[in-house]
Amino acid sequence: MITVLLLMVAGILAGWWLGKFPLVMKINDKLISWAIYVLLFLLGVGVGTNKMVIQSLDSIGLQALLLTIGALAGSIAMGWIIYRAFFHLNNN
Amino acid sequence: MKGSIIILSFFALGLILGVTDTLPDFLRETDFSMYALYILMFLVGIGIGADRKSWKVIRTINVKIFLVPLGVMVGTAIGVTIVSLFLPNLTIREAMAVGAGYGYYSLSSIFITQMHGETLGVMALLSNIIREVATLLLTPLFVKYFGKLAGIMSGGATAMDTTLPIITRYSGKDYAIISLFSGIVLTILVPVIITFILHTSL
Repeated sequence: MITVLLLMVAGILAGWWLGKFPLVMKINDKLISWAIYVLLFLLGVGVGTNKMVIQSLDSIGLQALLLTIGALAGSIAMGWIIYRAFFHLNNN
Repeated sequence: MKGSIIILSFFALGLILGVTDTLPDFLRETDFSMYALYILMFLVGIGIGADRKSWKVIRTINVKIFLVPLGVMVGTAIGVTIVSLFLPNLTIREAMAVGAGYGYYSLSSIFITQMHGETLGVMALLSNIIREVATLLLTPLFVKYFGKLAGIMSGGATAMDTTLPIITRYSGKDYAIISLFSGIVLTILVPVIITFILHTSL
Protein backbone atom coordinates (compact mmCIF):
# COMPACT_ATOMS: atom_id res chain seq x y z
CA MET A 1 0.00 0.00 0.00
CA ILE A 2 3.03 2.26 0.40
CA THR A 3 3.44 1.86 -3.39
CA VAL A 4 -0.04 3.30 -3.82
CA LEU A 5 0.77 6.34 -1.69
CA LEU A 6 4.02 6.91 -3.58
CA LEU A 7 2.08 6.74 -6.85
CA MET A 8 -0.27 9.41 -5.53
CA VAL A 9 2.69 11.67 -4.66
CA ALA A 10 4.16 11.06 -8.14
CA GLY A 11 0.77 11.99 -9.57
CA ILE A 12 0.65 15.23 -7.55
CA LEU A 13 4.07 16.22 -8.91
CA ALA A 14 3.05 15.33 -12.47
CA GLY A 15 -0.25 17.16 -12.00
CA TRP A 16 1.52 20.32 -10.90
CA TRP A 17 2.91 20.52 -14.43
CA LEU A 18 0.00 18.92 -16.32
CA GLY A 19 -2.42 21.44 -14.78
CA LYS A 20 -1.38 23.83 -17.54
CA PHE A 21 -3.26 21.76 -20.10
CA PRO A 22 -7.04 21.95 -19.57
CA LEU A 23 -7.74 19.19 -22.11
CA VAL A 24 -5.44 16.75 -20.30
CA MET A 25 -7.21 17.53 -17.03
CA LYS A 26 -10.61 16.95 -18.60
CA ILE A 27 -9.44 13.54 -19.83
CA ASN A 28 -7.93 12.88 -16.39
CA ASP A 29 -11.30 13.50 -14.70
CA LYS A 30 -13.01 11.10 -17.11
CA LEU A 31 -10.35 8.43 -16.51
CA ILE A 32 -10.73 8.80 -12.72
CA SER A 33 -14.47 8.25 -13.02
CA TRP A 34 -13.96 5.13 -15.10
CA ALA A 35 -11.23 3.75 -12.85
CA ILE A 36 -13.64 4.14 -9.92
CA TYR A 37 -16.48 2.49 -11.89
CA VAL A 38 -14.24 -0.46 -12.80
CA LEU A 39 -13.02 -0.89 -9.22
CA LEU A 40 -16.50 -0.66 -7.69
CA PHE A 41 -17.77 -3.11 -10.32
CA LEU A 42 -14.96 -5.49 -9.36
CA LEU A 43 -15.80 -5.00 -5.67
CA GLY A 44 -19.39 -5.93 -6.58
CA VAL A 45 -18.16 -9.05 -8.38
CA GLY A 46 -15.97 -9.97 -5.42
CA VAL A 47 -18.86 -9.55 -3.00
CA GLY A 48 -21.31 -11.37 -5.29
CA THR A 49 -19.10 -14.43 -5.53
CA ASN A 50 -18.35 -14.39 -1.79
CA LYS A 51 -21.13 -16.38 -0.09
CA MET A 52 -20.04 -15.31 3.39
CA VAL A 53 -20.38 -11.60 2.60
CA ILE A 54 -23.72 -12.07 0.79
CA GLN A 55 -25.21 -13.96 3.72
CA SER A 56 -24.26 -11.25 6.20
CA LEU A 57 -25.10 -8.23 4.03
CA ASP A 58 -27.88 -7.10 6.40
CA SER A 59 -25.60 -7.24 9.44
CA ILE A 60 -22.85 -5.41 7.49
CA GLY A 61 -25.37 -2.72 6.56
CA LEU A 62 -26.56 -2.32 10.15
CA GLN A 63 -22.99 -2.03 11.43
CA ALA A 64 -22.24 0.53 8.71
CA LEU A 65 -25.24 2.60 9.79
CA LEU A 66 -24.26 2.48 13.48
CA LEU A 67 -20.64 3.42 12.68
CA THR A 68 -21.88 6.39 10.63
CA ILE A 69 -24.07 7.59 13.49
CA GLY A 70 -21.05 7.38 15.82
CA ALA A 71 -18.80 9.16 13.31
CA LEU A 72 -21.31 11.95 12.77
CA ALA A 73 -22.04 12.42 16.48
CA GLY A 74 -18.32 12.58 17.28
CA SER A 75 -17.51 14.94 14.40
CA ILE A 76 -20.40 17.28 15.08
CA ALA A 77 -19.61 17.36 18.81
CA MET A 78 -16.00 18.29 18.01
CA GLY A 79 -17.28 20.90 15.55
CA TRP A 80 -19.53 22.41 18.21
CA ILE A 81 -16.62 22.68 20.65
CA ILE A 82 -14.29 24.19 18.02
CA TYR A 83 -16.99 26.60 16.89
CA ARG A 84 -17.74 27.82 20.43
CA ALA A 85 -14.08 28.09 21.38
CA PHE A 86 -12.48 29.51 18.24
CA PHE A 87 -14.97 30.78 15.68
CA HIS A 88 -18.10 31.99 17.40
CA LEU A 89 -16.50 34.43 19.88
CA ASN A 90 -14.45 36.16 17.20
CA ASN A 91 -17.60 37.18 15.41
CA ASN A 92 -18.97 39.05 18.42
CA MET B 1 -25.98 12.44 -5.56
CA LYS B 2 -26.03 11.52 -9.25
CA GLY B 3 -22.42 10.40 -8.91
CA SER B 4 -23.18 8.05 -6.04
CA ILE B 5 -26.12 6.50 -7.90
CA ILE B 6 -23.92 5.75 -10.93
CA ILE B 7 -21.20 4.28 -8.71
CA LEU B 8 -23.71 2.19 -6.76
CA SER B 9 -25.12 0.93 -10.09
CA PHE B 10 -21.69 -0.35 -11.12
CA PHE B 11 -21.32 -2.02 -7.73
CA ALA B 12 -24.82 -3.52 -8.05
CA LEU B 13 -24.13 -4.74 -11.59
CA GLY B 14 -20.97 -6.50 -10.40
CA LEU B 15 -22.88 -7.90 -7.45
CA ILE B 16 -25.67 -9.32 -9.64
CA LEU B 17 -23.23 -10.83 -12.15
CA GLY B 18 -21.31 -12.34 -9.24
CA VAL B 19 -24.33 -13.81 -7.48
CA THR B 20 -25.92 -15.21 -10.64
CA ASP B 21 -22.57 -16.61 -11.76
CA THR B 22 -22.82 -15.12 -15.25
CA LEU B 23 -19.31 -13.71 -15.40
CA PRO B 24 -16.99 -14.00 -18.37
CA ASP B 25 -14.11 -16.31 -17.44
CA PHE B 26 -11.34 -13.75 -17.74
CA LEU B 27 -12.91 -11.70 -14.93
CA ARG B 28 -12.83 -14.62 -12.55
CA GLU B 29 -9.36 -15.81 -13.39
CA THR B 30 -7.38 -12.62 -13.01
CA ASP B 31 -7.47 -9.96 -10.35
CA PHE B 32 -7.10 -6.60 -12.02
CA SER B 33 -8.14 -4.57 -9.02
CA MET B 34 -4.65 -3.89 -7.66
CA TYR B 35 -3.47 -2.53 -11.02
CA ALA B 36 -6.64 -0.50 -11.43
CA LEU B 37 -6.03 0.96 -7.96
CA TYR B 38 -2.44 1.90 -8.92
CA ILE B 39 -3.73 3.72 -11.98
CA LEU B 40 -6.53 5.38 -10.01
CA MET B 41 -4.21 6.74 -7.33
CA PHE B 42 -1.81 8.15 -9.89
CA LEU B 43 -4.73 9.87 -11.65
CA VAL B 44 -6.14 11.15 -8.36
CA GLY B 45 -2.69 12.58 -7.60
CA ILE B 46 -2.62 14.37 -10.95
CA GLY B 47 -6.03 15.84 -10.16
CA ILE B 48 -4.82 17.13 -6.79
CA GLY B 49 -1.56 18.53 -8.14
CA ALA B 50 -3.23 20.30 -11.04
CA ASP B 51 -5.93 21.91 -8.90
CA ARG B 52 -4.54 25.47 -8.63
CA LYS B 53 -7.62 26.66 -6.80
CA SER B 54 -7.13 24.17 -3.97
CA TRP B 55 -3.49 25.10 -3.51
CA LYS B 56 -4.43 28.75 -3.35
CA VAL B 57 -7.11 28.00 -0.75
CA ILE B 58 -4.56 26.14 1.37
CA ARG B 59 -2.01 28.98 1.13
CA THR B 60 -4.39 31.75 2.21
CA ILE B 61 -5.37 30.01 5.42
CA ASN B 62 -4.51 30.73 9.05
CA VAL B 63 -3.61 28.11 11.62
CA LYS B 64 -7.02 28.06 13.30
CA ILE B 65 -8.64 26.50 10.25
CA PHE B 66 -6.56 23.32 10.64
CA LEU B 67 -8.67 22.61 13.71
CA VAL B 68 -11.63 21.84 11.45
CA PRO B 69 -10.31 18.76 9.56
CA LEU B 70 -8.45 17.75 12.73
CA GLY B 71 -11.75 17.89 14.61
CA VAL B 72 -13.37 15.65 11.98
CA MET B 73 -10.57 13.10 12.37
CA VAL B 74 -10.60 13.10 16.17
CA GLY B 75 -14.40 13.25 16.44
CA THR B 76 -14.89 10.43 13.93
CA ALA B 77 -12.26 8.26 15.64
CA ILE B 78 -13.88 8.74 19.07
CA GLY B 79 -17.40 8.19 17.71
CA VAL B 80 -16.67 4.96 15.82
CA THR B 81 -14.56 3.63 18.70
CA ILE B 82 -17.48 4.02 21.10
CA VAL B 83 -19.85 2.33 18.63
CA SER B 84 -17.38 -0.53 18.05
CA LEU B 85 -17.49 -1.37 21.78
CA PHE B 86 -21.08 -2.47 21.19
CA LEU B 87 -20.28 -4.46 18.04
CA PRO B 88 -18.68 -7.76 19.04
CA ASN B 89 -17.62 -8.68 15.49
CA LEU B 90 -15.72 -5.47 14.86
CA THR B 91 -12.33 -4.47 16.24
CA ILE B 92 -11.55 -0.85 17.08
CA ARG B 93 -8.98 -0.80 14.27
CA GLU B 94 -11.58 -1.97 11.72
CA ALA B 95 -14.12 0.59 12.95
CA MET B 96 -11.55 3.38 12.71
CA ALA B 97 -10.63 2.35 9.15
CA VAL B 98 -14.30 2.54 8.08
CA GLY B 99 -14.65 5.92 9.78
CA ALA B 100 -11.47 7.22 8.11
CA GLY B 101 -13.28 7.29 4.76
CA TYR B 102 -14.80 10.58 5.97
CA GLY B 103 -17.53 10.19 3.33
CA TYR B 104 -15.11 9.45 0.46
CA TYR B 105 -16.79 6.12 -0.17
CA SER B 106 -15.31 5.18 -3.55
CA LEU B 107 -11.66 5.41 -2.58
CA SER B 108 -12.04 4.23 1.03
CA SER B 109 -14.00 1.09 0.10
CA ILE B 110 -11.48 0.20 -2.62
CA PHE B 111 -8.54 0.75 -0.28
CA ILE B 112 -10.04 -1.19 2.61
CA THR B 113 -11.02 -4.07 0.29
CA GLN B 114 -7.43 -4.37 -0.89
CA MET B 115 -5.88 -4.11 2.55
CA HIS B 116 -8.37 -5.97 4.71
CA GLY B 117 -10.97 -7.81 2.64
CA GLU B 118 -14.40 -7.50 1.10
CA THR B 119 -16.56 -7.54 4.23
CA LEU B 120 -14.97 -4.41 5.65
CA GLY B 121 -14.77 -2.87 2.16
CA VAL B 122 -18.54 -3.17 1.72
CA MET B 123 -19.09 -1.79 5.22
CA ALA B 124 -16.92 1.22 4.32
CA LEU B 125 -18.84 1.70 1.06
CA LEU B 126 -22.22 1.73 2.82
CA SER B 127 -21.12 3.71 5.87
CA ASN B 128 -19.49 6.48 3.85
CA ILE B 129 -22.37 6.74 1.38
CA ILE B 130 -24.70 7.10 4.39
CA ARG B 131 -22.40 9.86 5.68
CA GLU B 132 -22.70 11.79 2.42
CA VAL B 133 -26.46 11.31 2.11
CA ALA B 134 -27.02 12.21 5.78
CA THR B 135 -25.02 15.41 5.28
CA LEU B 136 -27.07 16.33 2.22
CA LEU B 137 -30.34 15.72 4.05
CA LEU B 138 -29.59 16.84 7.61
CA THR B 139 -27.18 19.80 7.28
CA PRO B 140 -30.00 22.33 7.90
CA LEU B 141 -30.77 20.63 11.23
CA PHE B 142 -27.11 20.11 12.17
CA VAL B 143 -26.30 23.79 11.58
CA LYS B 144 -29.38 24.97 13.45
CA TYR B 145 -28.60 23.02 16.60
CA PHE B 146 -24.80 22.55 16.61
CA GLY B 147 -23.31 25.67 15.08
CA LYS B 148 -22.06 26.72 11.68
CA LEU B 149 -19.28 24.16 11.50
CA ALA B 150 -21.69 21.22 11.89
CA GLY B 151 -22.33 20.69 8.17
CA ILE B 152 -18.61 20.85 7.39
CA MET B 153 -17.85 18.32 10.16
CA SER B 154 -20.60 16.01 8.99
CA GLY B 155 -19.55 16.26 5.33
CA GLY B 156 -15.93 15.32 6.04
CA ALA B 157 -14.07 14.81 2.76
CA THR B 158 -17.20 15.56 0.73
CA ALA B 159 -17.30 19.15 2.07
CA MET B 160 -15.10 20.20 -0.87
CA ASP B 161 -17.49 19.08 -3.62
CA THR B 162 -20.77 17.16 -3.31
CA THR B 163 -21.95 18.64 -0.01
CA LEU B 164 -20.38 22.11 -0.48
CA PRO B 165 -23.54 23.72 -1.94
CA ILE B 166 -25.80 22.69 0.94
CA ILE B 167 -23.16 23.67 3.52
CA THR B 168 -22.69 27.11 1.94
CA ARG B 169 -26.43 27.61 1.85
CA TYR B 170 -26.98 26.93 5.55
CA SER B 171 -23.68 28.11 7.11
CA GLY B 172 -23.22 31.10 4.83
CA LYS B 173 -20.65 32.07 2.21
CA ASP B 174 -18.08 32.89 4.92
CA TYR B 175 -17.81 29.19 5.58
CA ALA B 176 -17.28 28.10 1.97
CA ILE B 177 -13.48 28.45 2.18
CA ILE B 178 -13.34 26.58 5.50
CA SER B 179 -15.52 23.85 3.97
CA LEU B 180 -13.33 23.59 0.86
CA PHE B 181 -10.18 23.54 2.94
CA SER B 182 -11.38 20.86 5.35
CA GLY B 183 -12.69 18.72 2.48
CA ILE B 184 -9.43 19.01 0.53
CA VAL B 185 -7.24 18.10 3.53
CA LEU B 186 -9.41 15.11 4.43
CA THR B 187 -9.64 13.91 0.81
CA ILE B 188 -5.86 13.88 0.50
CA LEU B 189 -5.48 12.17 3.89
CA VAL B 190 -8.07 9.37 3.40
CA PRO B 191 -5.65 6.90 1.73
CA VAL B 192 -2.82 7.88 4.07
CA ILE B 193 -4.83 7.44 7.28
CA ILE B 194 -6.48 4.18 6.16
CA THR B 195 -3.07 2.76 5.27
CA PHE B 196 -1.75 3.90 8.65
CA ILE B 197 -4.66 2.29 10.53
CA LEU B 198 -4.70 -1.04 8.68
CA HIS B 199 -1.01 -1.53 7.98
CA THR B 200 -0.18 -4.76 9.78
CA SER B 201 3.39 -3.89 10.70
CA LEU B 202 2.41 -0.71 12.52
